[in-house]
Amino acid sequence: MSITVALTLTSFAAALVIGTVVAAFRVSPVAPLRAAGAAWVEVLRNIPLSVLMLGFYFGFTKIDIRYGEFATAVIVLSAYTSSFVAETVRAGINSVARGQAEAARSIGLTFPQSLRVVVLPQAMRTVVAPLGSVFIALIKNSSLAGLIAVVELTDMADRISFDTARPIPAFLGAAVGYLLLALPSGAVVGLLERRAAIKR
Amino acid sequence: MEKVSKSFGPVKALQEVDLSVERGEVVVVVGPSGSGKSTLCRCINRLEPVDSGTVMIDGVPLPEEGKALAKLRADVGMVFQSFNLFAHKTVLENVTLGPTKVRGLSRSEARQRAMELLRRVGIDDKADRYPAELSGGQQQRAAIARALAMEPKLMLFDEPTSALDPEMIKEVLDVMTELASEGKTMVVVSHEMGFARSAAQRVVFMDDGRIVEVAPPDRFFSDPQSERAKDFLSKILAH
Ligand SMILES: Nc1ncnc2c1ncn2[C@@H]1O[C@H](COP(=O)(O)OP(=O)(O)OP(=O)(O)O)[C@@H](O)[C@H]1O
Ligand SMILES: [Mg+2]
Repeated sequence: MSITVALTLTSFAAALVIGTVVAAFRVSPVAPLRAAGAAWVEVLRNIPLSVLMLGFYFGFTKIDIRYGEFATAVIVLSAYTSSFVAETVRAGINSVARGQAEAARSIGLTFPQSLRVVVLPQAMRTVVAPLGSVFIALIKNSSLAGLIAVVELTDMADRISFDTARPIPAFLGAAVGYLLLALPSGAVVGLLERRAAIKR
Repeated sequence: MEKVSKSFGPVKALQEVDLSVERGEVVVVVGPSGSGKSTLCRCINRLEPVDSGTVMIDGVPLPEEGKALAKLRADVGMVFQSFNLFAHKTVLENVTLGPTKVRGLSRSEARQRAMELLRRVGIDDKADRYPAELSGGQQQRAAIARALAMEPKLMLFDEPTSALDPEMIKEVLDVMTELASEGKTMVVVSHEMGFARSAAQRVVFMDDGRIVEVAPPDRFFSDPQSERAKDFLSKILAH
């Protein structure tokens, strides 16, 4: 379970940063950046995670990059999740009234400044809940790291089930483990959402 | 601006518009809805890029989008119909943002100057409130303070009072009249005739993306030359 937690938290932190940058690319006035952002999102969110996981694992092995299974799983989960974060944040950016960005530019802020100082902080408030859903999906998606021999919750259950020949209690245990992670996460999201709403 | 044209698809919002505003001058722009008044304002600080023609400030043509343009925009204050105060920042933070981020002022200096400006527009007691907690008139005065904090060479006002209740219109116009009397250069889109008469040197009448008539306010309102201006005035005077 601690491996699942570590996988999820590390990947989410990375996905938030990458996803926000990609979202910024997607609304940028610079066309090549917009195209790069769109390509990142479309490629990563439309390939099954299992394919990415195995593909990167064998790909890295082939060209003799040895990050280890855990690090590879983090890279793949972060990249995959970042595409969903990017789309969520972009929707948030688009929900901020256009006048906010115009006012920011009219006092002399550059486009990146107006995004960072004026638009993103407001966008983030509206995307707390949808980002929570992305996070919970990530908790569950981390089970695919088992494919490349990272002994996370599901893989652990699989091994126990094999050793004891009693699959049902083993996977029930895993199910309870995921619930124990996801339910409090949902509660934390609710809390963050209320806090974001207080300040206007 | 010289021969400025701007289209949105098939709509010609501005057609070969020539206009020059002297330093210290106050120009009021009037015209029917859709005549291009907002577009004119937005082209002056290039919130809207022009299709052809040139816009110059102090003889310098506006550069392409980027750092240089941002710097020029800092010298042109803009006040919007819908205020557009930064919703997640307090009134004070709204006013200090530009001076600290763009002009590189220290926090304490920016703060002190912001408080002075807020006092001038009469809302220093609201400094720590969020925009949503203010009335429309107070928000607009905060927005004016935000623009003034950049010490702009030119102030643009796009229908600053048309989203306000009548009792708040006066408080905003008073601030604007004071600015005008201090010699601020201003381009004001507004149908407030009283303001135009008392503060403006020239009224510019627009219709269909063109400047149709330019005249001193007294003459424009009492004796417009063009048919379209007569027609327009008879409509706004009717109510
Ligand atoms: N972003 C835009 N996209 C498409 N068309 C636009 C856009 N902005 C303005 N227009 C069109 O350009 C023309 C001029 O608009 P503009 O907003 O400058 O008029 P206005 O004189 O300010 O009108 P109002 O008094 O209603 O504010 C209108 O026909 C309008 O529909
Ligand atoms: Mg308008």
